Amino acid sequence: METIIILLTGFLFSCGFYLMLQRNFTRMLIGLLFLSQAANLVILVLPGLGTGISAIVRYGATVPPPGHPDPLPQALILTAIVIGFGVIAFAIVLLKKAHHDLKTHDLDHLTETDV
Amino acid sequence: MSDPMREFPLYLCLLVPLAAAIGQILLLGRCRSQRVVAIGSTALLTVLGGMLVAAVKAGGPVVLDAGGWAAPLGIRLQADMLSALMVAITGFIGLCGAIHGLAEVPTSDERRGYHPLYQFLLFGVCGAFLTNDLFNLYVWFEVMLLSSFALLTLGGGKAQIEGAVKYVVLNITASTIFLIGAGVLYATLGTLNFNDVAVRIAAGLGSQAGIRFAAVLLMLAFAIKAGMFPLYGWLPSSYHTPRHTVSAVFAGLLTKVGVYALIRTFGSAFVAERDFILPILWTVSLLTMVIGVCGAMSQFHTRRILSFHIISQIGYMTLGLALGTAAAISAAIFYIIHHIIVKSNLFFVASVIDRIGGGENLKRTGGLYRSAPWLAGLFLIPALSLGGIPPFSGFWAKLALLKELFNANAWFAGAVALAVGVCTLFSMMKIWAEAFWKDRPAEAKEFRPVGFAHILPIVILAAATIALSVYPSWLFDLADIAAQQLSPAPNQ
Repeated sequence: METIIILLTGFLFSCGFYLMLQRNFTRMLIGLLFLSQAANLVILVLPGLGTGISAIVRYGATVPPPGHPDPLPQALILTAIVIGFGVIAFAIVLLKKAHHDLKTHDLDHLTETDV
Repeated sequence: MSDPMREFPLYLCLLVPLAAAIGQILLLGRCRSQRVVAIGSTALLTVLGGMLVAAVKAGGPVVLDAGGWAAPLGIRLQADMLSALMVAITGFIGLCGAIHGLAEVPTSDERRGYHPLYQFLLFGVCGAFLTNDLFNLYVWFEVMLLSSFALLTLGGGKAQIEGAVKYVVLNITASTIFLIGAGVLYATLGTLNFNDVAVRIAAGLGSQAGIRFAAVLLMLAFAIKAGMFPLYGWLPSSYHTPRHTVSAVFAGLLTKVGVYALIRTFGSAFVAERDFILPILWTVSLLTMVIGVCGAMSQFHTRRILSFHIISQIGYMTLGLALGTAAAISAAIFYIIHHIIVKSNLFFVASVIDRIGGGENLKRTGGLYRSAPWLAGLFLIPALSLGGIPPFSGFWAKLALLKELFNANAWFAGAVALAVGVCTLFSMMKIWAEAFWKDRPAEAKEFRPVGFAHILPIVILAAATIALSVYPSWLFDLADIAAQQLSPAPNQ
């Protein structure tokens, strides 16, 4: 299972980087989205996925069952997903407005504020 | 033991901007009340920051275990001297920006939510300074970034949107790298608490490959956010586009949060890996200084010149960190405080130059020495201080840093720092010669009146620079305490 997730992460990273290097607004946006998903998968898979036992303390016990995965990375990912959602939503609106106001869909045309 | 009297400024530093932001959302549309809240909350934040500095000076770091969970399990808020100083200066710059905003920010922006965004920005900045947890730092960075995205685009001019695209994309990428770095660090060491990271690395826990991979990722992320070479491109293409108030506050505070994060991680948490990290930071710092000042010398737009100066001055701060000794880090901390005051002041001056000098393009402005001699005096104080001319605060900052460089026999870096200082002065003199001495050209835009609120923050910040120039030793004492406290210690 871990091998599959690792391969998937690598695939997402390579797609993300490839799309980020495109000049089209939409492709760059999807590239950003891929990168942030790949980052979440890295956090999930790095400490190991465990054996499928959830880290919930059973009734009457004081510690989670043995062999449970570390729940903290999952909490981190949950936070990162929520933040990423807000950030990407802003980026989508910004790029839509940029497309509307600047009448272009090509990053190479954004040279007005460059130095 | 927890002591409520010592702890209360710590959480109030977060609660005051948050409460102000929420209050201002409720007051949306009632601009006059919003302005009162803005001034009141930033003034209160300044006072609380000062109290925090006093509390840390009197009794060591103030810690607060959020939710009552002890570190390293709980997320800990911790104010050592560095955090307390940064929070105090955040409140101070926030107050100056709020005053300037009274005159500059139009009602249309206020109705679109300028005031709550401004408070959320300060909330994020203060939180980033006060947290003692790497992932929590990421969350605070995002609070700060999202508010800055919205502030940057507020008003919706074409240049603003275009600058924002570059700013947003590079900063989202940096945040993603930061997140991966935090994940790698947790997987390697099993902790995200700064003190715990330092202790575990020193104890030889975790694989060296994992620690170094995390260090490289974090360095890359923070370097982008601090605007260091070679990833500074977003800064000069966006900082000159929004309202002057917004650029002044960004210029003073945001990149410095990146520098703060570099100091917190590589001056404290990763100190056991310094032989690997500091040489990289050393080279990058020197390049940042040189490239930044070259950019500044080639520009003819006031805020672009000033933006490039931010980059070049960031190099000085990280050079102090790259030296690695407590005295050098102390010099870097002094440099940060001096730079925040001076740089925000110069952006406020640029705002007034824009209004009465006829625009921001230096070729189409002029005659200010004749029409506004008082502004010439107010410009010279921060400009000479930035260039490092005695007796201004920039001189003391550069002197302390150069002393450490020469003590470490880093003659080449010392020579570069001096040369960059001369070039800084050259580009400041370019603004002086073009905007103040030259006659007003015919194509200058028409004169727009300035109000009392435009001038007041410039006067306050110039007074702060003069106070720091005449009596720098009190800040050096505080910076020494801050640098001492950075050396890693286990959680109490």
